[in-house]
Amino acid sequence: MDIRKLVPVALLLGILALGVRTAWAQEFRIGFVAAITGPASSLGGPERDVAVMLQKELDAAGGLPGPDGRKRTVKIIIHDDQSKADETVKAVKKLIADDKVHAVIASSQSPTSLAVIPIVTEARVPLISMASSHAIVTPVKDRYWVFKTPQSNIHVAVHQVGYLKAKGVKKIASLYVNDAFGEDSRRGLAEMLKGTGIEAVYEDKFEHADKDMTPQLTRVRASGAEVLIVHAIPPSASIITKNFRDLGLPIPLIHNHGVGNKPFIDLAGGAAEGVIFPIGKMLVAEELPAADPQKKALLDFIAWYEKGTGKPRSTFAGHGWDALQMLFPILASLPPDLPLEQARVRIRDGLEQTRNFVGTGGIFTMSAEDHVGLDERSMVLVRIEGGKWKYFPREKW
Amino acid sequence: MAGPEQLLQLVLVGLTQGAIYALIALGFVTIYNVTGVINFAQGEFAMLGAMLMVSLAPLGLPTPAAFFLAVAGVVVVGGGVERLAIHPARRASVVTLIIITIGADIVLRGLALLAWGTDPLPLAPFSAGPPLTFGGAFITRQALWILGTTAVTLAALYAFFEYTYPGKTVRACAINRLAARLSGISPERMSLLAFCLAAALGGVGGVVIAPLTLVSYDMGLYLGLRGFVAAVMGGLVSAPGAVAGALLLGILEALVAGIWKAAYKEAAAFLVLFVILLLRPQGLFTRAVARQAGL
Amino acid sequence: MRPGGDTLALAGLGLGVALVPLGVTSQYHLSIGVFIGIHAIVTIGLCLVMGYAGQISLGHAAFYGLGAYASGLLTTKLGANPWAAMAGAMALTAGVAYALGRPILRLRGHYLAMATLAFGIIAYLAFVEFTELTGGPSGLAGIPRLRVGGFVFDTDRKFFYLTWGGVIAVVALSLNVVNSRVGRALRAIHGSEVAAETLGVDTAAYKLRVFTLSAVYAALAGSLYAHYLSFVSPPTFGFIASVEFVVMAAVGGLASVWGAPFGAATVTLLTEVIRDVMPRLLAYASGEHEVIAYGLLLILIMIFVPEGLTVGGLRALRRLGRAGRRVPAAP
Repeated sequence: MDIRKLVPVALLLGILALGVRTAWAQEFRIGFVAAITGPASSLGGPERDVAVMLQKELDAAGGLPGPDGRKRTVKIIIHDDQSKADETVKAVKKLIADDKVHAVIASSQSPTSLAVIPIVTEARVPLISMASSHAIVTPVKDRYWVFKTPQSNIHVAVHQVGYLKAKGVKKIASLYVNDAFGEDSRRGLAEMLKGTGIEAVYEDKFEHADKDMTPQLTRVRASGAEVLIVHAIPPSASIITKNFRDLGLPIPLIHNHGVGNKPFIDLAGGAAEGVIFPIGKMLVAEELPAADPQKKALLDFIAWYEKGTGKPRSTFAGHGWDALQMLFPILASLPPDLPLEQARVRIRDGLEQTRNFVGTGGIFTMSAEDHVGLDERSMVLVRIEGGKWKYFPREKW
Repeated sequence: MAGPEQLLQLVLVGLTQGAIYALIALGFVTIYNVTGVINFAQGEFAMLGAMLMVSLAPLGLPTPAAFFLAVAGVVVVGGGVERLAIHPARRASVVTLIIITIGADIVLRGLALLAWGTDPLPLAPFSAGPPLTFGGAFITRQALWILGTTAVTLAALYAFFEYTYPGKTVRACAINRLAARLSGISPERMSLLAFCLAAALGGVGGVVIAPLTLVSYDMGLYLGLRGFVAAVMGGLVSAPGAVAGALLLGILEALVAGIWKAAYKEAAAFLVLFVILLLRPQGLFTRAVARQAGL
Repeated sequence: MRPGGDTLALAGLGLGVALVPLGVTSQYHLSIGVFIGIHAIVTIGLCLVMGYAGQISLGHAAFYGLGAYASGLLTTKLGANPWAAMAGAMALTAGVAYALGRPILRLRGHYLAMATLAFGIIAYLAFVEFTELTGGPSGLAGIPRLRVGGFVFDTDRKFFYLTWGGVIAVVALSLNVVNSRVGRALRAIHGSEVAAETLGVDTAAYKLRVFTLSAVYAALAGSLYAHYLSFVSPPTFGFIASVEFVVMAAVGGLASVWGAPFGAATVTLLTEVIRDVMPRLLAYASGEHEVIAYGLLLILIMIFVPEGLTVGGLRALRRLGRAGRRVPAAP
């Protein structure tokens, strides 16, 4: 008999049983899970920055005033999902079970968001995703507790196809990054192309980490396509743009909203000149017509974000901001000392009743049938000119 | 359906990528030969080289000066990894040392994330200007820099191994580590030298590829894996084998993507690796001699 | 080695597993327990391959993924019973591992590491590329839960018992293998392959059996994962995951099967503890610091306890015991 064999077992169980419990006063807790590290960190980083900045502001203001005028603290509990589905699941379980959060915002990418839907549904906790896939909120009867703030990829395709039709293009090539974002975008475009007579003569993908896409582009050249449409995010989106110019392809290059951050222009250097893509209005907020109802909100957000982080504006930051700002008024309206389960139900109902909420991604009007609340009017076409984003309305086509 | 011009284009792209893989593969081979360790942090050396180059760019240094500073910085990091992490555990098993390099890989990536953030960073090409035409195919000026730098580095490495004392001791270790030790070569000094050398090779690769591909904190994994595959194709102990394996890998990837389907290029690369392991486990380009001693 | 001690330890583990969910009520802590159990099952197999057959596998996440996807596809696409799907997944993975190991394990050196690396990446690409079948990068959802008659494994507590029941079974089976004739042959292989062969041990055949068994464990773990999360997506089964399993095995220690659950627990909890502690050490700390801390701790463990935490821990305790006995002897 060897008692020492028991030691590791005992240690193991000791660690397993270890649980840290904390008590809290009357406060609201929001779980915030983003891809702060890993391949999607260029999305999760800015989202996290927004959460941190809003937390500091809330701390400074002493919380949100309730209906009785008393302020209640709000705690945004931030976790990194490392761009991985199981980490997202663990983080969300922790938030729901241990931190007893009132609502969860998760996460930056579509697969990680999809992975936590069964959990929030079973635990009856409202979830706001910051990822774009339409599958996150459809079919809406299975997504009772789930909402999202980014525009769907289908809204993007409407603009791309509208431009192609106006230009009388018949043959296009489509290249997309091999992940959920690229795949969902490609599907959106294929859907919109149906019945337009426009044909995708060449379609292929590339990896997010690829360093040279010239091989695919030589195929584009050989295919006789009149336009190339790319669905990707930097750095791969930037590299393909550089390769495209180096090869001297004479056709127009259209991207999607994945390239809507400043690094894309910096990265692709002069190669980004002339690239056209649909995007939420944030990038061209200054140039929007004064009548645009989002203009002021956008300019305010940009100034706030750029001042707070020292980084250029980011639509991903906007997705995080929209999610949090949509929650705050609902939290503020809750009566004091509401039991947690009821508070969660009220928050969900509140999200579904969001009407004309002016966010950075668009003007949100949710309903029982629509948990995004946006349409294609939330986007515009943008063209890169002189290293800047330029609003590219129909008149300029 | 692929015309000769298109083929030439693909081969040029493949050679450029392959040249980078070659530098990283040589790092793997050097460390493996001297210590028996597969260094998982090898790709991070390339990432650090690229990052340092980006950070040095705004200082307005002439490109060669920035180049050498960046590579020197990576060498310091490589030496630091060896002294701080490998050296204290030098008596442990090879598996333990491999796990340590995995830890070093994670730390280096984390530090880069902290220092440079998540956004990819750009770097201007070493010489400006439109791509050159070459037999109907395009080649960027940076690609020429990459090919040239790799060629010069390989020549310098060859001279180092053939004509200098430290180079000869590295080769002695590769041939028979025990015999080298018996003839007075300090394995600890050799291990440090190997890491510095591997870091320099990775750093050079990272610096020259930076303008072509943009720099992000997570680029090391991709490059490291490719370098490792190339080294294995060449038998893992042979420097010329590693270079040949790297060029073959680069060209294979380009051809599969350009003629068949880009989605299959990675699978094709690893299938070829698999077949090589089954048919010629000693590597494509080494003769089936008795296994190198000590490995 | 000492079958009696192992039996006792198994009984202790069984008792502990039965008790943990009584003390730990947090769903989240139980779910970490489930993940530790799942990781432990994979790691035990790796321990056999690395510790007893002296080979490294860099592709075990592929077997794990094969188990998960086979279970997920058999249940969602063909409507198979989840238990039958689990058995099917394990049988399929056994076949694949056997076919893969047969030619490779005849070679000496690090070839298994390289071949499994290549296999792991090809398998990962297959999960991503066969979009129609696997859902591609978006993943496969709606995998049903395991049930016995009317009893459904739907809570974290029930799944905790199921998973750790699996761990105990796998440990018991592995201890049997280790203490059998095969096990003695394997230890000989680790000592000296040539000597083992001289004594008439068919080393390649033994290595192949152990490798196949370890792949079956991984498939079992993958199947449990799929039915637990009801969602699978490719990144869980990539190269990095394979490396993490090797890390778990090495951290726990390769000298005994017992190292594996301990290594799985340590590595899984390391992430959790860091996630818990870092924000308290550094205001507004997040991801980046956690990554660095994880890497540093990994290096430190390997430097100071290179033979793994189980062996290192036991040694420290022995030293402590000796010191304790010495104290009263010197008044």
